[in-house]
Amino acid sequence: MPFIPHTRDDLSAMLARIGVDSIDALFDEIPESLTMQGLSGVPDALCESEVTALLHERAAEDGRPVCFIGAGSYDHYVPAAVWDVTTRGEFYSAYTPYQAEASQGTLQVIYEYQTMMATLTGLDVSNASLYDGATAFAEACLMAVRANRKTKSKRILVPRTVHPYYREVAVNIISGQDIELVDLPVEGGVVDIAALDQLAGGDFAAIVMQQPNFFGNLEQVDALTDWGHEQGALVIAIANPLSLALLTPPGEWGEDGADIACGDGQPLGVPMASGGPYYGYMVCRQAVVRQMPGRIAGRTVDIDGKPGFTLTLQAREQHIRRSRATSNICTNQGLVVTASTIYMALMGATGLRQVANASYTNTHKLVDGLVKIDGISTAFSQPYFNEAVLILDRPVAPVLEALAAQNILGGFDLSKDYPELGNALLVCATENRTAGQIDRYVEAMASVLAAQGV
Amino acid sequence: MSEIPEDLKYTQDHEWLRLEDDGSITVGITDHAQEALGELVFVELPDEGQTFTKGDAAAVVESVKAASDVYSPLTGSVTDTNPDLADEPELVNNNPYEGGWLFRIAADNEDELEGLMDTVAYEEFLAGLED
Amino acid sequence: MIEKVIFEEHARHGSRNFTTEAAEVEGIPAELQRKAEPALPSVSELQVVRHYTRLSQLNFSIDTHFYPLGSCTMKYNPKACNQLAMLPEFLGRHPLAPNQFSQGTLKCLYEVQEMLQEATGLVASSLTPMAGAQGELAGVAMIQAYHKARNDLERNEIICPDAAHGTNPATATMCGCKVVEIPTKPDGDLDIDALRAAVGPKTAGIMLTNPSTLGVFERQIKEIAGIVHEAGGLLYYDGANLNAILGRTSPGAMGFDVVHVNLHKTFSTPHGGGGPGSGAVSVGERLKPHLPIPYVVKDGDNYRWADEQDCPGTIGRLSAFMGNIGVLMRAYVYMRMLGKDGMRRVSDYAVLNANYLMVALGEAGFDVAYNGRRASHEFIISVKPVTRDTGISAMDFAKALLDYGFHAPTTYFPLLVPECLLIEPTETEALQTLDEFVAALVDIRDKAYSDPEGLKEAPVTMPVRRLDDVRAAKQPDLVFKPE
Repeated sequence: MPFIPHTRDDLSAMLARIGVDSIDALFDEIPESLTMQGLSGVPDALCESEVTALLHERAAEDGRPVCFIGAGSYDHYVPAAVWDVTTRGEFYSAYTPYQAEASQGTLQVIYEYQTMMATLTGLDVSNASLYDGATAFAEACLMAVRANRKTKSKRILVPRTVHPYYREVAVNIISGQDIELVDLPVEGGVVDIAALDQLAGGDFAAIVMQQPNFFGNLEQVDALTDWGHEQGALVIAIANPLSLALLTPPGEWGEDGADIACGDGQPLGVPMASGGPYYGYMVCRQAVVRQMPGRIAGRTVDIDGKPGFTLTLQAREQHIRRSRATSNICTNQGLVVTASTIYMALMGATGLRQVANASYTNTHKLVDGLVKIDGISTAFSQPYFNEAVLILDRPVAPVLEALAAQNILGGFDLSKDYPELGNALLVCATENRTAGQIDRYVEAMASVLAAQGV
Repeated sequence: MSEIPEDLKYTQDHEWLRLEDDGSITVGITDHAQEALGELVFVELPDEGQTFTKGDAAAVVESVKAASDVYSPLTGSVTDTNPDLADEPELVNNNPYEGGWLFRIAADNEDELEGLMDTVAYEEFLAGLED
Repeated sequence: MIEKVIFEEHARHGSRNFTTEAAEVEGIPAELQRKAEPALPSVSELQVVRHYTRLSQLNFSIDTHFYPLGSCTMKYNPKACNQLAMLPEFLGRHPLAPNQFSQGTLKCLYEVQEMLQEATGLVASSLTPMAGAQGELAGVAMIQAYHKARNDLERNEIICPDAAHGTNPATATMCGCKVVEIPTKPDGDLDIDALRAAVGPKTAGIMLTNPSTLGVFERQIKEIAGIVHEAGGLLYYDGANLNAILGRTSPGAMGFDVVHVNLHKTFSTPHGGGGPGSGAVSVGERLKPHLPIPYVVKDGDNYRWADEQDCPGTIGRLSAFMGNIGVLMRAYVYMRMLGKDGMRRVSDYAVLNANYLMVALGEAGFDVAYNGRRASHEFIISVKPVTRDTGISAMDFAKALLDYGFHAPTTYFPLLVPECLLIEPTETEALQTLDEFVAALVDIRDKAYSDPEGLKEAPVTMPVRRLDDVRAAKQPDLVFKPE
């Protein structure tokens, strides 16, 4: 019996002490009509060696193609120490740190994580994380509506250059609160600064910008932040946290900085793993901290005056449930945050900068190689970070299929989410791509386009 | 048994009101309320000039275990807020009817005062809750 | 002894661990580049490993301690689950990888869907909700979508028992519904008369769990389902207590229309110090058209993700990608190792352990809240008599247990029972551990009478003593700042 330690003697002794003949008797309050005979549709148990063989088989079916897809999940190298320490039983099988005296390890990790996110984003207070970048964005919208004292507006300006799935998730989560996402015009692959005049005076709770944006392009965050503040709106920044090793942090955007920064922590030490578990990060200005959802760890002292850590500001969570726009989200992604904290400690500012630089370098190298091929051009003329949009002279899907046959994941086909761009492909090459892999992709692409003809 | 001063009016949400000489109305929370919340760690007050309809959430009092909305007992606009509570939220616990006042409001409609409880009524109300 | 924070340590970093030579980035305008470096630690790999290893040693965990937390199901997390979920092909798979590079993962996830449907007695599932609370959101949103699709637009009330977990009414409010609370009777069952009075043309649905948060089986569940369905509402099942009935009965059999399952409880995925969890949902026929996307479908031998075209009535995407796949893979391995018989034995032994503890503590003189009822996989004792006599509260018991090497049970929930401890041993604990736990509680109670002052000092053997929560909230120190 896997994982059940009772011997026959144990069982007899326990049944006798309780005063029943069998375990079945303990279920006698369940009406007969509701009782099932068993789970006939569930297969018989596999022993550990069998399930190991099975999973190896399944893993082999997935294979290991070379990845040039970004689109919100990035193939960065994760050093061995990160998950080796993270999966120690004392971290892995620990509960939420409600009993602080029994959870100082977890709580100190969270405190260090909060400190790292604050310095990375240039803002004041971080929470202990939310589920993922998309739900963090949804929470930031709810928070901005609650926190904005200058207006009762429930309208938020969001451009199409924000990740399409983030926008979908936000709509699904916040529409129950009658909050509306209003389109902020986009031109040439970035937010259209010239179009802002038409929106002036429009009464918005917040304006959102993603840096780098979904296309990999860099937005004019200073001008947008100042404009947003002039309009009385709060500024929500969605930022790739790895890029912040290199780029101006949201806390320093424009005159006064963004008010809330959020996004996904996956690039910091979390494997792609089919899309999860990742974590959503959220950091905000001191002025709006009481509106921020999620757990927060704080340092205090114990009765002997010695330092210790505890979850704090917990009353906010119930409070938030009662106020104008409510949220039920209160968990954090514990284990994943632990890994990220260890990754950031291991890499430091220098290491992260190297990864960011190398990702920038590799993506530019890839793009330079691909645009030399007839039939491929860049979509935009903006500075870009670790992703770029290419326009092909033919539909993208068959090209990606042909590359897949050569074990290459060529990128993300944008035609479904951005039909206005035409045959558009989003490519990404992180520091984890070697020169050989990049050369092989360019060669493969050239031969695919030549073979298929227009 | 909690303290319930004679010269004040009370609401079912455990707020007290005092009519000041200049016509404004001071609002706070009762001894019963502060006792239930425990030591306050933070008080969020409205802005001066902010307007409320009777029953709108106007302030928030937060302790380690709970955060409670304080409702505006009247329709009107805020004329003043207690500046000491930013540094000493525990004034609400130690001195709920004097030093721990929350905000002052200029009432639009004095008739709204009619519906409020006096000391005896509030005392009975509290006794009823304990059943 | 507490560790200093990592920012207080200094050393040279290790060397780069990838091959790309990085030039300075020339294409990024200077005004968009960071001026000052972030203040991240600068330490060696040994210092990092030593620091975080030592921190881990300050924690209680299932691997090291018994954790009888009611409603949390702190069962053993088998190592094979972690090892196999972390195979390099699984870790290295991009969420948007095309189907031909996904068949292994998709097959595992499809089988998870099927096995959850067996366990819940329902017909379709989506694995995307990333936690129990998100599963609840999906459930309420699906119920709303169902009524809207039938043009039944007045239904905006959700009924919750007064004993419900806080996230239930919070979720309902978040979806724009009004919460109607109904009382529980002293014997632990829901007040059926109150339910009859509460249902009507405005009822969207009811949120329940069975066994309830009080640790007892809701015996009138079929009647409750009948009443709600007749009034036109639907039933939502909070799967927090599924461990008590796995393989024995199912929410589908009871009449529920939608269920969320906490994989980090019933299916043993790691609690990880607060996450990540997974709140997969299973539904009956009525709600199948509204499942959140994506979910896995099978076309012949080919597995793929379903999208809006497959499910036009979907409530949409709840996660940027497909949910916490890594968590789901751990659950898959666990479910395959249990198999059909193992799943049933889970509830057998979880309920056996709980009833044994309940009887043992009752015999030792503790006040069992629902005496005369069977325990489900958990039960409640109240230490109110001890508090009355000595001033020692449930919280003091919880702190004292730490010195005996046990994490406390859940305290002060559910709110209906004063000074309560909600105890859930789970099926993976041995008889010996249970007896030691009883002995510890008896010892603490004796001390409550003989040395209450000493107990108020507990814990005394942990890395820290009791912490100043008030100071933590009044003078928040949430970010390390060097002197």
